[in-house]
Amino acid sequence: MAMSAVPTLPPAQLAPLAQAYATAVAAKRRWMIGGVGLLIALSLLSGWAGEVNAMKFWNGLPRFASYFYDILPKLRLETLSADLEEWFWNLDGWLTLFWDTLLIAYIGTLSGVIAGFFLCFLASSNLTRSPSLRFMARRTLEFCRTVPEIVFALMFVYAFGFGPMPGVIAIAIHTAGALGKQFSEVVENVNMQPVEGLTAAGGTYVETIRFGVVPQVLSNFVSYSLLRFEINVRGATVLGFVGAGGIGKELISSIRQFYYADVSAILVIIIGTVFLIDWLTEILRHKLLSLDGADR
Amino acid sequence: MSLRVSPLRARAEADRASLKSHYPSVFRTPLQVRLLPPAVVMLGVGLALYALWRFDFAPSKFIDGLGKLGTVVVLMVPPSPGNQLWNYVAALGETLSIAFLGTLGAAILALPVSMLAAKNVVASRLIHIASRRFLDTIRGVDTLIWALIWINVVGLGPFAGILAIMTSDFGSFGKLFSEAIEASDRKPVDGVVSAGGSDLHGFRFGVLPQVLPVLLSQVLYYFESNTRSATIIGIVGAGGIGLYLANEITQAEWPHVAFLILLIMATVATIDWISTKVRLAIIGARGRSA
Repeated sequence: MAMSAVPTLPPAQLAPLAQAYATAVAAKRRWMIGGVGLLIALSLLSGWAGEVNAMKFWNGLPRFASYFYDILPKLRLETLSADLEEWFWNLDGWLTLFWDTLLIAYIGTLSGVIAGFFLCFLASSNLTRSPSLRFMARRTLEFCRTVPEIVFALMFVYAFGFGPMPGVIAIAIHTAGALGKQFSEVVENVNMQPVEGLTAAGGTYVETIRFGVVPQVLSNFVSYSLLRFEINVRGATVLGFVGAGGIGKELISSIRQFYYADVSAILVIIIGTVFLIDWLTEILRHKLLSLDGADR
Repeated sequence: MSLRVSPLRARAEADRASLKSHYPSVFRTPLQVRLLPPAVVMLGVGLALYALWRFDFAPSKFIDGLGKLGTVVVLMVPPSPGNQLWNYVAALGETLSIAFLGTLGAAILALPVSMLAAKNVVASRLIHIASRRFLDTIRGVDTLIWALIWINVVGLGPFAGILAIMTSDFGSFGKLFSEAIEASDRKPVDGVVSAGGSDLHGFRFGVLPQVLPVLLSQVLYYFESNTRSATIIGIVGAGGIGLYLANEITQAEWPHVAFLILLIMATVATIDWISTKVRLAIIGARGRSA
């Protein structure tokens, strides 16, 4: 073949460049091999600690498939309506329980939003000058969101007894922690000029926040709260597992007692409603954000 | 002292009646708009009151419960593991294993499926929509429910927990990965293909280098959040520290409960710290330049 169209450097210049390239590639490869080795070592360690057992998995796999076959309702085309009626035999009862779950999520979210709203200003570095106050507010929020809500629910079931009350309080605390942090991040990014203007005009702390900060952050707060409501609906369904009210109790007992058709019926209700709520809140949030955009 | 009125304003004042008829909304906010905020607030408060009434929320019940809770908190001090320390540490190891293997397995399984769900890799709309809905359904079922199902298959223990986290994260990763792949730049792929590479080459050298840092950082983020999930998955019997936590709470061993909660918080904080470091090391330079 004749000379290539691409000009090549003379060897004297090329050698150090090629050398540098080879070193860089070798270094990258060493990192890669080290990382993969570490990953494999950790996997083996975790596999040992987590009692991973391929035989058990393999033997159980047909049971997994047959489980899904079992929970599928036996629907035939010729008797479709009767079959559906049999599948959802307890539709009213389940819907009532699921309505409870939704209401638990609703009041839990609402109380959490209110608590998070008041705490977020104390946790924001641009509004709270005192470092100790800020530190306390931040640690409180951190505690509220690090402890899983089902752990709170377990303790509250002990204190308040079975029923929706422990569920509501558990969700409220977790929501306050999670939203308080997100809210304070929004507050820390506001434009400080209105706040300075109000302070200069003699506004009190509360007035400054009400007229200087809240108008700037409100739409973001509502959007985060709606998102949190979606999460809490999912959370509230499983809180019933530990006796904190709603559909969860019914679900866990039908799974444990192998009422196959009931399991799928309840799951259909839960998944369907969760989709519906996700969809509705997404529309609401988009509306809200476009309103916000139109204002500016 | 007399106010000076600009000629523009004078003209507008003279024409006030006609302006008002042409732009009514400037002079007076329409009733619907003014009523909207109070209506929304009233609806919200009304629903809350209805719920409180439905749940029979008596303030006395609430105060009783708070009193009981106060006693519990007092009994929690000082937190102590009793003679169970090593059991707890072993259970914590189980929890971390569940989170690690669950996340890793989910990520490995989700990568091929996410390609099916990405518009720019698989052109067929049917496959695209079907795999999206499939992933949505898996995601719609909570980890704890998956744990209950897997317990039926492999029995009680941490293995069921690993499989549960793997399943539910498979749905989340599939969605997140496919979104990352869809957001990737088309040009490197075109370059590889025009230089004679196959579609697979195009994916390996065109798409993967772009999305890998994003995917890795998402995987690490989920590892953090799975450490939290794995602490509670034991409540339904799927291994890890949650089983001890649930038992100690039902047996009212409050110092043990307090110790376990502190142990969980410390572990979660440590994992968060490590994974933030690793994440910054992976995406740091790239994330900042982007």
